Amino acid sequence: MNIVVIIKQTPDTETVIRLAPDNKRIVTSDIKWIINPYDEFAIEAALRLKEKHGGTVTVISFGAQRVVEALRTALAMGADDAVLIDDPQMRDADFLRVTRALVAAAKEKNPDVIFIGSRTVDYDQGQRGAILAEMLGWPHFALAISIESDGKDITIERPIEGGKVTLKAPLPVLVTFGGSHAVWNPRYASLPGIMKAKKKPLAVKKLTDLGLDPADFSPDQARIRITSLELPPQRKAGKIVDGGLDTSGKAKELVKLLREEARVI
Amino acid sequence: MAKDVCIITEYRNGDFRRVTHEVASEGRRIADALGTGLVAIALGSGISAKAADLGKYGVDKVYVVDDPALEYYLAGVFVPVIAEVIKQLDPAAVLLPASVDGRDLGARLGARINVTLLQDVIEVVVGDDGRIKARWPMFAGKCFAWCEWADGVPPLLSIRPNIMQTQLLDENRKAEIEQASAPIPKPRASVLKYELDTSGKVELTEAEIIISGGRGMKDASNYAMLEELAAQLGAAVGASRAAVDSGWRPHSDQVGQTGKVVNPNLYIAVGISGAIQHLAGMGYSKYIVAVNKDSDAPIFSKADYGIIEDLFNFLPALTEEIKNLKNS
Repeated sequence: MNIVVIIKQTPDTETVIRLAPDNKRIVTSDIKWIINPYDEFAIEAALRLKEKHGGTVTVISFGAQRVVEALRTALAMGADDAVLIDDPQMRDADFLRVTRALVAAAKEKNPDVIFIGSRTVDYDQGQRGAILAEMLGWPHFALAISIESDGKDITIERPIEGGKVTLKAPLPVLVTFGGSHAVWNPRYASLPGIMKAKKKPLAVKKLTDLGLDPADFSPDQARIRITSLELPPQRKAGKIVDGGLDTSGKAKELVKLLREEARVI
Repeated sequence: MAKDVCIITEYRNGDFRRVTHEVASEGRRIADALGTGLVAIALGSGISAKAADLGKYGVDKVYVVDDPALEYYLAGVFVPVIAEVIKQLDPAAVLLPASVDGRDLGARLGARINVTLLQDVIEVVVGDDGRIKARWPMFAGKCFAWCEWADGVPPLLSIRPNIMQTQLLDENRKAEIEQASAPIPKPRASVLKYELDTSGKVELTEAEIIISGGRGMKDASNYAMLEELAAQLGAAVGASRAAVDSGWRPHSDQVGQTGKVVNPNLYIAVGISGAIQHLAGMGYSKYIVAVNKDSDAPIFSKADYGIIEDLFNFLPALTEEIKNLKNS
């Protein structure tokens, strides 16, 4: 089975976000970069599928040279090869265009399944998987919490608001992953894994290598653009309900505040 | 004539989901600002009977595709049908819910009609020149971004549930109905099972009140205390990542940057210290209450009301007090 996993390198979730002076970008100079946590679930799911069915796991990502580190981590976890699309022309491309490049890179691997995180913890748009599936004309199974495959069909379970759905389709299928570590607890890279990863193939490609026209990716071709960023208003720390009250006194006071001041109960 | 604003509805179990009314109300506001009408595209099985009711929330006309094949959302069926109807309507803007299904639908629809979707929008403004700008939270709300679409591109946006005000215009207002014609393709994927939780449990992302427990809960069994209080308040029960990683609660209950981002009217954080990644998931709640025995816990810097107490003493007292309130 040819398994492709698409990953993105994002700031660590503990990062404090600061804005650049132009208010259009965030300050990235002191950021710790990680593999987007949901994409890590996708890597884990891919490795488990490979362990069951055999095949290869290819990880594909995009961005600057720093992304090599994320790809090497995925290789150390057990992926077989990696592709980085690094083209300065992509820097300001919108979702549709970036995804078009990812589709081109994925197609070269002739995949049976593509796995990707349900969203990235930076832009939080959660649409790359769905766009990929649409561009490929494949079914998209979102937020899988279980995967079964006999090599011909794939069956997944996924949560919806207040319930659960079981879906089935013949391959190829694109699957996205969300939720928490409880389901797809990603493995750590072992020391031998890290050593091996250094020798695994990692190809760096430009848009033209993928048969794409860089002119289509220029900023003036974007269908949508960010005009400004802003930080949320600082929440002012509220009051500590105390006043020398005992436990039940504090409970009474809190209920009174929620009813009369906040009016939320 | 000016182009209409269009919404895409979400229908489940014989009725429109509440978020559809929120989207309709926001659509009406945008249509009024543009001086144009509001239409809806409604797909479902048996949906015709309910469609006219969308008029209550400001929809002027509903394009209905009513077919047994549309009982459950499947992208392979819904996306081509909706794209075809949109092509016929040529709307000024398209809004849909940022629900689990709506997120998938919106992204695929955008790819199909070559418009970039903006997902999870929390605010829309219409300029004097009629240009639409929208804002969404990045980094789970640590930062907000304003966006606009290129000239000639109709904005396509999904609206985060529980943010927009529902505006009931007139209980008796009816929308005009038109059966839309679009071929319904056979999907590659099929729904094997569709299990809805009928316990009446409130979904986290749609709850008005959430009570979350963290590491301080110490054990899975202690969540019964939160469940009891939640039942009194009609609230949903959430959990921090620490609690979920400990196996005390299912991952579907996790609130935070790597869980669900929630925005209830009231969020009660119990035994949660307030890691950045948790604060990112609930910092947008209207009112926050923190219960923690550690007075240095970062959660207190975000809380409107802080209670420095052992949760095992305080929770029973609070539940008691809420019961008294309900009986009075």
